[in-house]
Amino acid sequence: MSLLELNNVTLKFGGVTAVNDLTMSVEEGQVYALVGPNGAGKSTVFNMISRFYRPAAGSITFDGHDLLKLKSHEVPQLGIARTFQNIELFDRATVLQNLLVGRHRLRRTTLVEEMFFVGRARAQEREHRLAVEEVIDFLDLQPYRNQMIAGLPYGVRKVVELARALSTKPRLLLLDEPASGLSVEETQDMRWWIDDIRRQMGITVLMVEHDMGLVSKVCDRVLALDGGKKLAEGTPAEVQSHPKVIEAYLGTGAISKTANAKGERV
Amino acid sequence: MEFMQLLLSGLANGCVYGLVALGFVLIYKATEAVNFAQGDFMMLGAFVMLGLVNPQYMGMNFWLAVPIALLIMGALGYLLDLTVLRHMFGQNQTAIVILTIALGFVIRFVTGAIWGHEPVNLHSPLALGDIRAFGVVLSLADIAVIIVTVIMTMLLWQFFQRTKLGLAMQAASQNQMAAYYMGIPVKRVQGAVWALAGMVACVAGILYASKGSLDISAGFIGIKAFAAAVIGGFGSLPGALMGGLIVGVIEPFAARYLPPGYSQIAPYALLILVLIFRPHGLFAQVRTKKV
Repeated sequence: MSLLELNNVTLKFGGVTAVNDLTMSVEEGQVYALVGPNGAGKSTVFNMISRFYRPAAGSITFDGHDLLKLKSHEVPQLGIARTFQNIELFDRATVLQNLLVGRHRLRRTTLVEEMFFVGRARAQEREHRLAVEEVIDFLDLQPYRNQMIAGLPYGVRKVVELARALSTKPRLLLLDEPASGLSVEETQDMRWWIDDIRRQMGITVLMVEHDMGLVSKVCDRVLALDGGKKLAEGTPAEVQSHPKVIEAYLGTGAISKTANAKGERV
Repeated sequence: MEFMQLLLSGLANGCVYGLVALGFVLIYKATEAVNFAQGDFMMLGAFVMLGLVNPQYMGMNFWLAVPIALLIMGALGYLLDLTVLRHMFGQNQTAIVILTIALGFVIRFVTGAIWGHEPVNLHSPLALGDIRAFGVVLSLADIAVIIVTVIMTMLLWQFFQRTKLGLAMQAASQNQMAAYYMGIPVKRVQGAVWALAGMVACVAGILYASKGSLDISAGFIGIKAFAAAVIGGFGSLPGALMGGLIVGVIEPFAARYLPPGYSQIAPYALLILVLIFRPHGLFAQVRTKKV
């Protein structure tokens, strides 16, 4: 059984079919990318997995759990974390505080214990702080630990969001355009981190990304979407050279021209 | 000695303003809505307590009645959110303002219908006796108000800094979307904020009624408390309390040293000055412009 399975999922907004009869499965330990032009339905897939949209038809399961039965705040409890294309952080809090909120789902203490900081609250606080420090070390966020989010540069905030997602101790990490807006160096760092997240932490990654360079370096499997439909699925090289994918990106006339350039960047 | 006397009685009044202002800020922080019925919440809390304690109603023991009144007001706050305010989600701010003003009217007249429109006195053990020391006379109620407010503030502080629910409230108030992804049930948490605001209002109401007579117009104290919250910097809990204390202290001093009538105006004059010179309030947490 795959870790994440979407079966014949369809979602409509009024007359527009945002996702059309999509079936896909992500195996444990994979780095899986969704690619496609703007409006292809990639983020919509994310929003269905995190239960902000309810598909009109089809099923979504995570590790055997029916995700469609859950409310959006229950999804993280299963170990699904997410970052956003437009960065959604707690702006009036420090980096450290943001990461500590990430531990919310793992807090197992009563109000009274927390209030007077007795019993399990002490040991658990230490545990949460340690876990968060590990993430800070992993992503080199030490210089920013106590800075307010509101004043941080874009690239750093992007990393903080990734750090917060990792603080929730996920099994599946959804990354919505992890490299968008990043410089070449920052994109390089992101690439190594995604590699390490999979190798060292054993976290499965599902990402939406436009940067095909990054996708072909870190992903095992790619699914190309257009108009809510699956165009192609396979290894990065297979998908990039698929005629339908080239057509969706460059228009019909482009096929013959790029036919020679198989395997090159789209 | 006169100075001390004015200061202490001003502080006692200011604590009540501060507690009502805390209620304003709690709800504003969590839901971005201003609850103009907060003063009437306080008045209702006082009447609920009176209904439990006074001999012509249930005649319960005062200390036993305190947690019950708190629970009733907490439940009421939660239910109000569940049945009315949650459905206003995404509506225009003005609509929510009008709604809460209307809620205030409803609370006032329902209270009048149940407990009457005449001024009444809560049978409070705090309302008995004065303490004289160093030439200053303070009623027991004034002292109780100050002590309870200090304790309440410390508990609320602990609650927001340390507890899972308190942190969830802060998170939900800053970014609802992100809060959902951290596993925080945002709507339920907002309901809990309304419950908390109801309980804080109840404490304020019990203290208010212990200090003097009570009638259904007591809720208009909310206007002064609103001024206090703005002076302190809307959105800051310690600011709300400090704003309340400042307004409370200004009143007796203005009454003593300024011509008659000015003590009524003084808090609002200060409000205007603060709005002109420090529009984010005296104790604002954020001073940069929100885009």
